[in-house]
Amino acid sequence: MTAVEVKNLYFKYEKEWILEDINFTLKDKEFMAIIGPNGGGKTTLLKILLGFLNPNKGEIKIYSKSPKESREIIGYVPQHTNFSLDLPITVFDIVLQGRLKKRKFFYNQKDKQKANEVLENLKIKNLKNKKIKDLSGGQRQKVLIARALVSEPKLLIMDEPTSAIDPSGQKEILDLIESFNVTRIVVSHDIKILLRNVDKIAYIHKKATIHEGPKLNIPKDKHFCEVELIDFLKDENCGI
Amino acid sequence: MWDLISNSVYASILLSIAIAIIGSLIVINKTTAITGSIAHGSFGGIGLAMFLGSSIILTTSAFTIVLAIILAFITIKFPHRKDSLIGVIWAVGMSIGIIFLSLTPGYQSDALSYLFGNILLVENKDLIFMGIIDSLILISIIFLYNRFLAMSYDREFLTLRGINANMLYTYFLILTSLTIVMSVRAIGIILILALFTIPALIAERFTKKFFSMMIVSGILGLVFMVGGIIISFYYDISPTPTIVIIAGVALILSLLKK
Repeated sequence: MTAVEVKNLYFKYEKEWILEDINFTLKDKEFMAIIGPNGGGKTTLLKILLGFLNPNKGEIKIYSKSPKESREIIGYVPQHTNFSLDLPITVFDIVLQGRLKKRKFFYNQKDKQKANEVLENLKIKNLKNKKIKDLSGGQRQKVLIARALVSEPKLLIMDEPTSAIDPSGQKEILDLIESFNVTRIVVSHDIKILLRNVDKIAYIHKKATIHEGPKLNIPKDKHFCEVELIDFLKDENCGI
Repeated sequence: MWDLISNSVYASILLSIAIAIIGSLIVINKTTAITGSIAHGSFGGIGLAMFLGSSIILTTSAFTIVLAIILAFITIKFPHRKDSLIGVIWAVGMSIGIIFLSLTPGYQSDALSYLFGNILLVENKDLIFMGIIDSLILISIIFLYNRFLAMSYDREFLTLRGINANMLYTYFLILTSLTIVMSVRAIGIILILALFTIPALIAERFTKKFFSMMIVSGILGLVFMVGGIIISFYYDISPTPTIVIIAGVALILSLLKK
């Protein structure tokens, strides 16, 4: 079953093309990493997938619907650094937000049960009544992942989930993402993601170069590294 | 004494409900400058009402609702220039008020009383309007509490959950504008900002949940107002600045406490 289909996608900001002829498909439960340099169009692509930006040309289908129509089945995890820490809000309040819906004004027992279940699965139930301000970066990121998961999404889109987190926290987050049984798209600047069990890697720098198959196999994939990622990866992972 | 201050105490109770809810939302949504802009811009509505000889409450309500919608549009469409544009609305609204006042025959001393307000001069019709707006605010927070909280934390996520976050934000600014209209007579345009933000700023430091923040903020607002009224009555000084100074001292003391 095709989960995400992007065909001949073009996006222009003012007079400059940010994305040109992007094509890829992702099957149900597959895991895709989107990498690339700053300003290369990763965030733009993410915003198009979420339906916040409309492409100039091309087509996107998420489980056969347009991004705006499929919002109910998308779980989005933004960067934890985007949010104010002063807000008097507990972890449980944030996680419950994933259960909000168009014509729903109050949370019911089932919503609370689901939120507890997700917190338990992510091993952060002990943080439930803590203020967001009192958590570490990794814990905050897990809370945002929990908020996305509580809506029971078919597609999970994550924006730089390991940024501003210490190395052990990064490993924990990547382990978690790898274990989820839903379709996943992770936009990341963190090259460690390439060494995970991803099904596809999209290198976005205006255009997209797609690497199919499991994690980068070096030296088998050296060509991909040398040609497409040379400035991005340097010699750290590909051994160029 | 009670006969002289009874209306101002009733006004304090009614205002504390608005301070609790709208004041807390202003602080957590970082819309203090927008509130200042609507408050000062509301002088345009007061000037217009005096020029037309129409009801100050109704004309100013309509005028500030328009300002709130314009400000919502500006902050959503031009987020990178919003501070300058908020300042423009602030000045243009006041200028409209001054022009209408200068076109109105006679000396309009009453218009100037709206700048600083006087809680001791609140009339029964003001109390009725406060009651109506408080009811609207209470109904709104009962139904929209979860959405307002989600909007304050992450507006983008709210949109992804299928809720029109821009519409909700505009509605919040309209509620803010009506709260300003209900408060101008008692608190005054210039001092509204202090009384709506100081209790919430103190409450935010000592509470873990938004609901508790609202309750603490409302209680603090009531204590500051009643305290200010009593002190101003005994020392024969202006009540609103007294209230604001008490609130300001409390804020400084709260900042000293870790």
